Amino acid sequence: MLGRATYLVLMAACVLVTLPLELVLRARVYARPRRWLASLLPVSLVFGVWDYLAIRRGHWSYSPRFTSGVRLLGGVLPLEEVVFFLVVPTCAILTYQAVCRLLGAPGGRGPGPPAGRRRR
Amino acid sequence: MREYTLAAAAGVVLAVVLEAVVLRTGMFGDRRYWLALAVVGCFQLLVNGVLTCPPVVAYDPRRILGPRLACAPVEDLGFGFAMVTVTLSLWRWTGRRPR
Repeated sequence: MLGRATYLVLMAACVLVTLPLELVLRARVYARPRRWLASLLPVSLVFGVWDYLAIRRGHWSYSPRFTSGVRLLGGVLPLEEVVFFLVVPTCAILTYQAVCRLLGAPGGRGPGPPAGRRRR
Repeated sequence: MREYTLAAAAGVVLAVVLEAVVLRTGMFGDRRYWLALAVVGCFQLLVNGVLTCPPVVAYDPRRILGPRLACAPVEDLGFGFAMVTVTLSLWRWTGRRPR
């Protein structure tokens, strides 16, 4: 139905669905860009390499019907996969932070200071 | 050879070792990690379904065991666990407070 935009629309949906965790529950992930990227980028890199090798080895392949056709790294890695490895770990962090906001701050030190007062 | 099966199993082991031996944030003893993992796991089944049912992503049957969950090979659960676990372990590690 969404044709070649299917995969990218799915990734956009993941970003939109988790946005209230940041904006309403105050997950404070995007609000701490250095820590966010320091956690995210090594994961994107390592799992992106895994993906690249798996595609090269023929473990899985992508349908031209449902992907944009834009491919990186010598025509191997679909653009969508790069987006996936940026979006999905971010969604995981947002979920974890939302759980922390609901159950108490990391480290079991209680709910912590109000979000607006935090330095990081 | 079932390379994806082996890679997914290795990914799970390496993710656990990274947290338990290298970063040691105490995450596996924290119920908030397990709760977040369960929530992410539910959404993974949904996203995996959209990706593997049409299929946007097709798997070589020679590289996997065979059993599937929401159209996706069970190996994807290992891949997802490894990725989420490494991500959250790093997130906790980068947010640790100096003693």
